[in-house]
Formats: sequence, structure tokens, C-alpha cells
Amino acid sequence: MTGLATAFGSGAMTNSIADLENAKAILVIGSNTTEQHPVIGTRIRRAARKGTKVILADPRAIDLANIAAIHLRHRAGTDLALLNGLAHVILKEGLEDKEFIANRTEGFETWRSTVEAYTPERVSDITGVPAQDIITAARLFATNSPATICYAMGITQHTVGHNNVLAVANLTMLTGNIGKPGGGVAPLRGQNNVQGACDVGGLPNFYTGYQRVADQGARAKFEKAWGASLSPQPGLTVGEMLNAAHDGRIKAMWIVGENIAMSDPDAAHVRAALEHLDFLVVQELFMTETAQLADVVLPAASFAEKDGTFTNTERRVQRVRKAVAPPGQARADWQIVCDVARHVVSSFKALELKGSDNLKPETWNYETPSQIMDEIASLTPSYAGISFERIETRGLQWPVPNSTHPGTPLLHTEKFSRGKGLFSPVEHQEPAELPDSTYPFTLTTGRILQHYHTGSMTRRVAGLEQLAPEERVEVNPDDAARLGLADGDWVRVSSRRGTIESRAWVTDRVGRGLVFMTFHYAEALSNVLTNTAVDPVAQSPELKVCAVSVEKATKS
Amino acid sequence: MPTLRSHILISGDPVSLARGAEAIKGAVESELAYYALTDEVAVALSGNLRLAPEQLPAAVIYPDDVTYGPITLNDVPLIVSEHLYKGRIVDALQITTKPLTGAIVRVPAREGALFAQQRVVLARAGIINPESIEDYVAHDGYAALGHALTRMTPAQVVQEITDAGLQGRGGAGFPVGKKLNLVAKAPGEEKFVLCNADESEPGTFKDRLIIEGDPHSVLEGMLLAGYAIGARVGYIYIRGEYHLARERLEQAIRQARAMGLLGEGIFATDFTFDIHVHSGAGAYICGEESALIESFEGKRGEPRIRPPFPTTVGVWGRPTAVNNVESLANLPPIVKNGASWYRSIGTAKCPGTKVYTMLGDVNVTGLIEVPMGTTLRTVIEVYGGGMKQGKPFKLAQTGGSAGAIIDASFLDVPMDFAELAARGGGLGSGALLIAGPDTCVVDLAHVLLRFFASESCGKCVPCRIGTTRAKEILARLADARATLDDIHQLERIANNMQAAAFCGLGQAAAVPILTGLRFFRNEFVAHAEQHCLAGVCPMRGEPPAAKRRFGRKELATAA
Amino acid sequence: MPINLTINGKPVQAREGQTVLEVCWENHISLPTLCHHPDLTPVGACRLCVVEVEKMRGLIASCTLPATEGMVVRTETPKVVEERKFILEMLLTDHPNDCMTCESNGDCELQNAVYQYQVPWPEHKGARHNYPAGADPNPFVFTDFNKCILCTRCVRACAEIQGRNVWGVAFRGFNDRIVAGADVTMLEAGCESCGACAAYCPTGALTDKPSRGQARSYQMKKVTTTCVYCGVGCQFDLNVRSGRVVKVTSNPKAPVNGMALCVKGRYGYEFIHHPDRLTKPLVKKDGAFVETTWEEALSLIGKKFAQVKKENGADAFATLASAKATNEENYLIQKFTRVVMGTNNVDHCARL
Repeated sequence: MTGLATAFGSGAMTNSIADLENAKAILVIGSNTTEQHPVIGTRIRRAARKGTKVILADPRAIDLANIAAIHLRHRAGTDLALLNGLAHVILKEGLEDKEFIANRTEGFETWRSTVEAYTPERVSDITGVPAQDIITAARLFATNSPATICYAMGITQHTVGHNNVLAVANLTMLTGNIGKPGGGVAPLRGQNNVQGACDVGGLPNFYTGYQRVADQGARAKFEKAWGASLSPQPGLTVGEMLNAAHDGRIKAMWIVGENIAMSDPDAAHVRAALEHLDFLVVQELFMTETAQLADVVLPAASFAEKDGTFTNTERRVQRVRKAVAPPGQARADWQIVCDVARHVVSSFKALELKGSDNLKPETWNYETPSQIMDEIASLTPSYAGISFERIETRGLQWPVPNSTHPGTPLLHTEKFSRGKGLFSPVEHQEPAELPDSTYPFTLTTGRILQHYHTGSMTRRVAGLEQLAPEERVEVNPDDAARLGLADGDWVRVSSRRGTIESRAWVTDRVGRGLVFMTFHYAEALSNVLTNTAVDPVAQSPELKVCAVSVEKATKS
Repeated sequence: MPTLRSHILISGDPVSLARGAEAIKGAVESELAYYALTDEVAVALSGNLRLAPEQLPAAVIYPDDVTYGPITLNDVPLIVSEHLYKGRIVDALQITTKPLTGAIVRVPAREGALFAQQRVVLARAGIINPESIEDYVAHDGYAALGHALTRMTPAQVVQEITDAGLQGRGGAGFPVGKKLNLVAKAPGEEKFVLCNADESEPGTFKDRLIIEGDPHSVLEGMLLAGYAIGARVGYIYIRGEYHLARERLEQAIRQARAMGLLGEGIFATDFTFDIHVHSGAGAYICGEESALIESFEGKRGEPRIRPPFPTTVGVWGRPTAVNNVESLANLPPIVKNGASWYRSIGTAKCPGTKVYTMLGDVNVTGLIEVPMGTTLRTVIEVYGGGMKQGKPFKLAQTGGSAGAIIDASFLDVPMDFAELAARGGGLGSGALLIAGPDTCVVDLAHVLLRFFASESCGKCVPCRIGTTRAKEILARLADARATLDDIHQLERIANNMQAAAFCGLGQAAAVPILTGLRFFRNEFVAHAEQHCLAGVCPMRGEPPAAKRRFGRKELATAA
Repeated sequence: MPINLTINGKPVQAREGQTVLEVCWENHISLPTLCHHPDLTPVGACRLCVVEVEKMRGLIASCTLPATEGMVVRTETPKVVEERKFILEMLLTDHPNDCMTCESNGDCELQNAVYQYQVPWPEHKGARHNYPAGADPNPFVFTDFNKCILCTRCVRACAEIQGRNVWGVAFRGFNDRIVAGADVTMLEAGCESCGACAAYCPTGALTDKPSRGQARSYQMKKVTTTCVYCGVGCQFDLNVRSGRVVKVTSNPKAPVNGMALCVKGRYGYEFIHHPDRLTKPLVKKDGAFVETTWEEALSLIGKKFAQVKKENGADAFATLASAKATNEENYLIQKFTRVVMGTNNVDHCARL
């Protein structure tokens, strides 16, 4: 997100999902779209049926490889080199959009000199992709216009995640694929409302609508609206919070609907950090691995039991509606936040906490989510025209600057959010942890179609559990032969941080030296193994590459 | 160069070879030498003469058009001395009875029949060696193509065919010139000629014999069509069971390529054309042109929605001229001799000849080619050698299984597309099933509906279920287990199938029922009252009075 | 250029490329269909939508008939009605008479058409198929090909909507049958269990397995909402009976996905009423959770949070908002953290 914001001025998907079918070429890199975003995956398949050229760049032979015009099977963690290599070929063959570059971008010449070094031969050495394939893919991408790039966590969950995204943006601008139907960049957001959670300020450095905490004007605006003085100091990210908890700098945490004990890298470290807290509140549907570490667990309502809105990956704000009552005494999260706020404010009064005089419990008496959305709209330019009334039948895509605006399916049509698009020179850099003699394999992680994240919901659906009952570590047949592994055998996978045991799936979906795992199964959790190294800018952890050893195990 | 006065062809098929055909050839040669006829009579081991196995080996003598068989070494001296030396036909050795063979019927000229066969399509079949392009060329072959490529524009070719009034010979009778014109005018760089050789109509085998007897005439027809519409490639979709026909076509294509008659720069012009053969996999529906295209493209053989028609959206979405074998074989003579010549044959509305396959209760079955407008009576009496055992004519079914069942009132109707259609019949593809009094119409309809039920592709409801339900009612009628209500339901099914089935198959499946009911309703009613007027149907399990005439097996062999 | 035609004596206008069926529907002239679905390529297989058109022979399926200038169409002539009754009767002759227990009763297009045209159950003595119901082991799709009318909507939905080609038609004529792959199980044929085939099936041949026997369509209230799984933002209808979500159905108006859903969206709702759901606040006492009241839990939280702020400063507190929670909830969480707790230590799993 930070990468696109740097290049374009906005971190969100530029075009709409339906627009994918207008693309003549789709480069999918770092996204197992048909499993992670299945309905977008079907759009890509439908486009391919109609003749769109799908260029797949993925270390694994995922489902999309079956329909791809070409599959670039690069080594995990070398996306940036590959993207620069594609740009190199396009420039060398004069296939770039010169007019677009001249009129709408800046920084091109500086960037160009960086890319010059990424010859197909050199990129082939780094990535393992045959030079000719790089040339073919580059031509396919540049000559089939408009072209879209879809990416997801396979690009961002690296120590060079931010730079990877810049490389995607560079390639898009190079071919002029911005601001037009069928073009654009589609960063596919992982969770149902990750876009919305970011939009409404669920980030340590932004208020709603990406208004900076560090910006004095923005802070003044929110201080006025909220009737409180606000800290000018940007807060901590998840990883930093956990480190701080570990070090005792953070004493209390409130976790709403996240299962970080499973979803975050180096699960042992996460667990230790949470156990070190003085007081932990977890608000959940189920007794998750994280909830088990809490001092207080609050029962929350599920999506079917409350009203509100989600914002999807194409910036569309859509209604969530209450269909049934929450079970037992469970309450909607928004109600619980109000309850907690009132109690905390009362306790401040009781403790006679300094500076809490202007906090009033009665300001936390929201009656409906609609009322909360109105407050968001009043403070957030991109949501200014959104109200429950307007999105009753059909959601709107932000920016929606006023109450009559029809929404914005296509961003950056006339100019970029930041004015001109910025080419940023980025260089290849190896992942933080590379295979060595002790840990000779590269582990990459992701999800499968049938389960979601830590499985707290999907593993409680009998049919899904029947389809995908257990973790299966994908191991290449050649590696399996060397390790004496048959399909379905138990393996022990270890990293510097831990060890797990699971069944193996011997398959050429993974190349030699690569193993793949999900993070759906608590009993064989890949995040016990993964590395906490993060991207210095985006703070995203390098979940896509760490070094592991694999050996045959006997399960009692 | 000595003048040859006779040709003697010895059958050279595997059966004949096993029975000593080569030795017979040797014996013929030595006998001819004995009579000093070597320079006057040519001897050749021919291909398959398409005779029944029990008639092999056989010998055909031209131009007398006499066939002897089965013959042995001992017969050779007699044949040579009597026929070739003295000019007398050896009646004892002549093939007298002609069971259903699929051979081309030739009425010997010396019988002096009034209505001689007028051959346009079959002019060379049985006379030339089908495996020799030289023979074809020697008999004016590829002359029409040369003429067209060097002296006519594509538009003139289309015009000539349009003026000739040629109607498609696959059954529907759509004007060929109009079709070629539609394809020629259709937008698109790439166009195709697609020859429909998926001849699956039971009782029809004309296309097979045209191909087997004169494959180059089909190729030349395709070349002319290709030139006319601006195509560079033609395809022949041939019925999977037609092995010999396919071999002949492939050999002919190889020969034509070698001679530069297929490929680039034909006749030193910039016309380029090539032909490829594709075998079907045994589905009746694939004779329907849009199902044929689907099948040709490798999909399930089911008819396409029309419009768009193949003339604009055909093979791989390109404009395509789909034409029957016989239609294509008509093109070279039309282009060579001109439209007015063609119009001098046949009737005003339907010029030209028609190739019929004749089968059933006539003395001679097989293939004939007569001018359009020839009556059924003439066909039966002259070419069919009359009804078997002198029994009276009861009915004919024209056009194969999907054809109309017509009664004796049609005997003197000049047969062509227009006249038969006007009287509630139909010419169809040209199969003529002739039946005498021993045929039960209900039984016949039952056999036909069994065929349709098994060949329905199943795409549309009226045909998928309708054919099966009609078949079931007919089975009950044939077995005297049905009522008058069943006859009403049968008629209802047929009417609704005809009105709304997706394609011609389902619509045509109703034809034998509806025409059978129109002309022989009393037989259906009699069955409901537990009588079979023909006396062939087993009434409630009672053994029939007479043998059933048409079983599924017999019809299948005919095809 | 609008195309002028006459339907049932009334002049109507069509746009280039429209079929007669589309023109009829747009002009509120009802025509029954079975194989037709606006999302799918028309095939003209069921022939139920036939009409009479002047100067055209026979009856023409309106779903595949392009509207042309001057066309005169009649949609309910005696001939047309007779044909429709015939088609429905033919379908019923090879269809089980078990609407009583059929999963699709009340939501069946065949049943609706039979009702509309008042087709009596045919007394029929002929062949009838008897396929084993529920033969496919897919956990989410129940197959009963005795109820299949071979409209091929499943085949087209799988190919055209899901891009998957699991279903095909095998055999011929009366024995035509829908098969997965080369007559293997759905999963073996590469099925992703998205349920599109069941969603598009007009009869009870393909139905959602988990909701079998749970409720009739008319007993369920539909609530349109947005999916809780990935970021695509599919919308669908939660089908509620007696306070329980018993089924998810596609909502054709969903802006992102239309009728398409994935296996989790369509079938992953069971967790909502799972017995593991937390129903009361819990506090940990001596290493074990004990149930408590909201008031006690909230008082404890209030005291503890206040205490931390007072003793350790605002930045000793942190909140994790949630990419699973609503915008409104996330907004309140960050507002609480910033306004009440006085720190910007709020984040969520944006990077996962």
C-alpha cells in the first residue's frame, strides 16, 4: 500500500474488478487469485476464455498456470528483479508508452538508468526464469493493451515488499496502463475489510482517509471534531507492538477479532509477547489461540448479526446487514467499543486521571452504525458522500466527495492523486533469510481455496473441513525422492524458530528446493517457522520466504 | 497407336484376389493373345467393383457394360471367345440378380429403354479408374476448373451456378448459387468450403459411390466453389464408416497436389487452394450442417443456433460454404457446359439430374441418375426392373428415414423438390424405398422412429423425449397394445416436434409419422383394433402371418 | 437505430442485437423459459419460449431469435400454448412426481411453468430414467439427475461463470445425461465446489447439500449482505428461518460478483451457529476462564485500561483493530484508542 501511495499518491486498486474482463493482458504476480480471491480468479479465467493473455509470475504452478499464456516460475523473493527485467525488455524494444511517460510521470530518466542493468540474461541468473521467457512475457504485456497487473501478498510480504510494489507501479506507468479501462494496478486486499479498516484509520500513522497523524492540520481537525487533544506521535505497528510487549514497554492490549497467535510470523515469539502483557482483552467469535492467552474474552457478534459496511478491494463501500440475533449475550463490536469506552472514561474519573476532564461517557452512546458512518463521512473527504441511505441497494466506490457523486470506478484518469506518477529506481535485494546447509529449503506460505486465514471460521464448516482436513506441505517430487518421501508421508519441517510436523503432498506445483504451507491449521502451523523480518517502509513481514529443513517423520 | 475396342476389368478387391483374380487376368491375357486381340482389348485388374461377395471374382466388359460373375479360370475361354471374339453375351455367366449391393445401376443400352439414364454426376463413375487422375483428366476432368480460373471471375462462376438453378442435393434443396453468393459477400478474410460427406441417411449411399467412383469430381467441385467464394482451404467431413471413400479422396488429393491442381498458383494463376479430409464418428446428427461444423471443430455434435448461418459464421467462426457431395460434383459440368445446357435437363423449377439410391421391393436396387422430373413409375419400371414378384406397389419413402411415406397417388408425379413438396411429400437426399403389399406402415414407422430415437442428439426437448415417446407408441401399436388415444398422442407428438424441434432432425422425424398417418391412417387404426392389414405384425405376441419386411438390420446394411 | 416490431399486436422497439425474448421481457410480456438465463449464452434447448412469427415456418424459440425490423410476433397463440403444454408434458414423462419432498419445491422453474400452463401429471407407460440420487460425494452439491431437464445451465454456468468446465453432456438422445468430467465425481473433474451449477439449476437436479430439508424458499427471509471472507466484496443473500441462517443464495444484483460465489462464500456460513461460539464474557481466574457478566467484565477492563494509562502512560497501551470488523467498528476502535487512551498505537493485520 505504501508503494502505490509513493508512486501514484493512492494505495488502492486503480480500476474495478469487472474491468478485468476488458484487459487484453493480465500480469498476475504474487497472487494465487483463483484460491485467494476466487471470484476475481473467475474473472481472470473468463477473460482468458475471451482471449486475454494471462501472464503468470509465480514460483508455484498454481491453478492459473493452466490458463496462462506464459508462466514465469521465478525463485521466491526475486519478483523485483523479474519486474525490472520485463521493464528492461520493453524499453530495449521501444514498446513503452512514450507519450504517457512524457505527460504524466516524473523520475523516468533516473529510473531508466537503473533498469538498464537488468538484462534478460542477468535477470535469468537471479530468478531462474529462461531469458527468452522474460522477453516473450515482456512483449505480451506491452503489446496487448490495455494490460492490468494483479498482485497480492506474494509481492508485499517480503523485506522488499515496498520496493516490489514500486516496481509494479513502474511497469504500469512505463506501458501507460493507468487511468484507462482494462488497465491499472490491482493490489488484491487479503481480508474482507482490510481496505475499510485502513480507510477509517485503523493504522498507527493515519486518521481516516489517510490523513496523517503527524500532519498538524489534520490533527487539529480531528482534535476539534473529537473534542480531545491527540498524540502527535505515530503509533506502533503490529510487529512493533509485539516487540514492545515482549520488552515490557506495552502493558495492556485490546485485540478485536484477530488471531495473531496464528497469523503472525514466528508464533512462539508472538505467544511470548502476549503472555508478557499485564492485561490482555480479546474480543472474538471463538476461543481462538489468541483468546486463550487473554485475561478477559468478550463474545462478539458475527457479520450476520450486525449492521455496518465493508469496503472491498476495489474501494466499494457495501452494506453488511443483520440477519439473525447474536448467540447468547454476544454483542456487536461497535457496541462493545462504546461499552468499553464509557467504562474506561468512568474509571479515569474515579482515578482522577489528569487531562481526562473533557472526556465524557455520553459521547460514546452511538445508537446505530449509520450514525457512525455519518461521522466518518464528515471527517473523511473520500467518504464524504457515503451514507447508508445511498448504498442501500448498491455500494459506492470511493472517492465519493459529495452526496451526489456517483463514486469513482477508475482512479487517476486525468492526473495521479499525487499529480504526476513517480518512477522510483529500485534494486534487487535477496530475502532476509536464504537457504543454507542446515536449512536447505525455502518455505513460502499462503492460503488454499477451502480455508480462510487461521481457520477459526472455515474449520468449523463440516464440508470445508471434509474437502481440506489437514495441512499438506507441498514438496517437489525430486526433493521427495531424495528425502525418501512418498505422497502423504509425515514430514518434519524446521526453521531457526521452530518445528512442525505435517503430511507431505508430493507435487510439482512447487519447484525443487521450495516447500509451501498454509497457515490455516493450528496443529501444523507454518507461522511457527516463519521469519519476523519486515520491510523497513511498509512493515510487512517476510512471510513468503524463510529457510527451513525438511525431513521424513514418523507420526505416532 | 492401336485402337482399343473393348476394356475388360477384373475385380481386384481382396476377396477376388484371394479367389484367384490375378490368375484369371493372366488367363484372359493368354486367351486374348490366342485370338490375336491383345491390341484391341485392354485388360486391367480394377479396384473394388462393389459387388456382393458371392459374385466375386467378376469381370466387367466395356463399352458393352456387361458384368460376369462369379467366374473361374474355366469360364475365361468362353467369355473371351463368345463375348470378345464373337460379340455374343454369355447370358449364363452374367450377373442376373442384383441384391442390395450399393452398386451403380446401369440399364444396358441394348434394352432400348425410353428413358435412358442421363448422367451428369455419374458420367465417369464406373468407367474410369477412380484411382487415376490421368483417367479423370482424359475424361475432361479439371477442364472446368481451368476454364474458370483462366476465363472467368469468381463472380461469374457464382452467376453461372445461380443461372443453372442448381439446388443443394443434400435434401433441403437450397439454391447453391445463392449460398455461394452469400459466402462470397460475407465479410471476412478467411473463408472455407466444407464438403458434407457425412452421408448417414439410412438407405442413402449416393455420395459414397460418387466419391468412390469419381473422387476428383468432388475435388474439382470444391475447387470451383473455393474460387467462387474466395476460400483457400476446403474440408471434407466424411462419414467415419466410409473407409474406401476416404482412401480414394486422400489418394486423389495427393495426386492433385502432385499435379499442381491443389496447392499454390493453380493453373499458373494466383489461386491457391488445398483440401483436407476429416472423418466423422458415426452420428446421424452430424449430417446436419451446423452440427457437422461443431463436430468438425472437435465439439459435441449438436446443431447450432441459426442465425447466424454458416454462410457468415461457419467453421471457426468464418464464412463457410457447406455443400453436399452431389451438389459439388454438379459444379464442374455446369461450369464447363454452361447454365443453359444444365437447364436443358430436368424441370424448369429444378434443373439437372438427381442421383437416387433405390432399394426395397424392386428387382434391381442400386444407384441411378435420372433427370429431375422423372416419375416414380418410370424409376420403378425402367430402372428398378419392376416390382419384385410382380406384386403391386404400395408405398415409397423418399429421402431416407426422414422422408415422406407416399402412396400410389404419387406414381405419376414428376419427382423434383418442388412437385413433391407441393403434394406433401419431399425429395430429400434421394433415397427411394419402394415397398409392396407385404409392408406394414406401422411397422415401418416403428423402425424409423427407433432410428430417430437412437440418433437424436438430445439437445432439445421435443426431439429428445418426443422421438422416444413416439417410438414407444409405435411399438405398442405394432404389438396391438395401443388404443385410438395413442394414435392421437402420436400425431400430437409428431405435430409438436415438427413445429418446434431445434433442427431438421427433430422436425423431419415427424415426417414419416405424419405422412404415414395421412396416406395410411386406416392401418394405424386397424392396429389399434388389433389387426395388421399387411399381416406382418405380431398381434399381442401372436406370430405374424408374414415375415416383417424392414428390420433395423436391413436398413443399416443398406446405408 | 431502434428496430420496430409488433408483439401481440402492440408496436414495440428493440435495440440492435436484442433477441425477441429480451424485447418481450423488457416490455413486460411474460414468456416462460427453462434453459435460458440472462447471464449465460443462449442455447435454445428447451423450446418453451417458442412464439409464432409471421412469414416464418413453425414455431421459433424467442431466446435465440434476433429481433428484426417489421417482425410480427405472437406469444400466446393456441399453437404456442399447445407446444408449451406438450414440452412440459414430455418433460414430466421423465421426471419424478415428488414435489412434496423435492428440495426445490417452491423455487422450481419447471414447477412454475407446469403450474402456469396447468399441465396435468401425464399417465405414462414408457421409459423413465432411474439414476441414484445423491450419488456424487461433493459435500456441498446434491445431485439428482432424475430431475434434470438437460437445460445445460450447469454446464454453461461452470464454463462461462466459473471458467471451470466440470460439467458436460454425455450420451445421446433420451439417454443424454449431465456428467462431471468423463463421468467421474465432481471433485475428480476439478470442481471447486463454488455451487454455481446449483445456483443456476432451474429444478431440483442440483441443489445445495447442507441446506437440504432446512426450509422451503417461501419460509426463508432473505437478507442481502457482504461476504466476510476475502477482499473481493461479493454480496449474497443470507436465507433466514426461525432466527437461523440456513442457506446462502446468490443475489443476481450483486455489483461485484453477480451470481458467482466461491465455496467459502456460498457454503462457509456454518460457523455462525456453531456450538463453539462464545456467548458470555469470560475472565481468567487462576489460569482458567470463568463466565462472568458484561458489567463485571467491562468494569474490570475499564479499571485495568485506566490504570495502565495512569501508571505507565498512554503509549503502554495498544489496540488491534480488525480487517474482519466493519468500517464503523474500526472507526470507533481507533477513535477510542486515540481519544480515550491517548495513543496512536492502533493497527490491524493490514499486511497479512
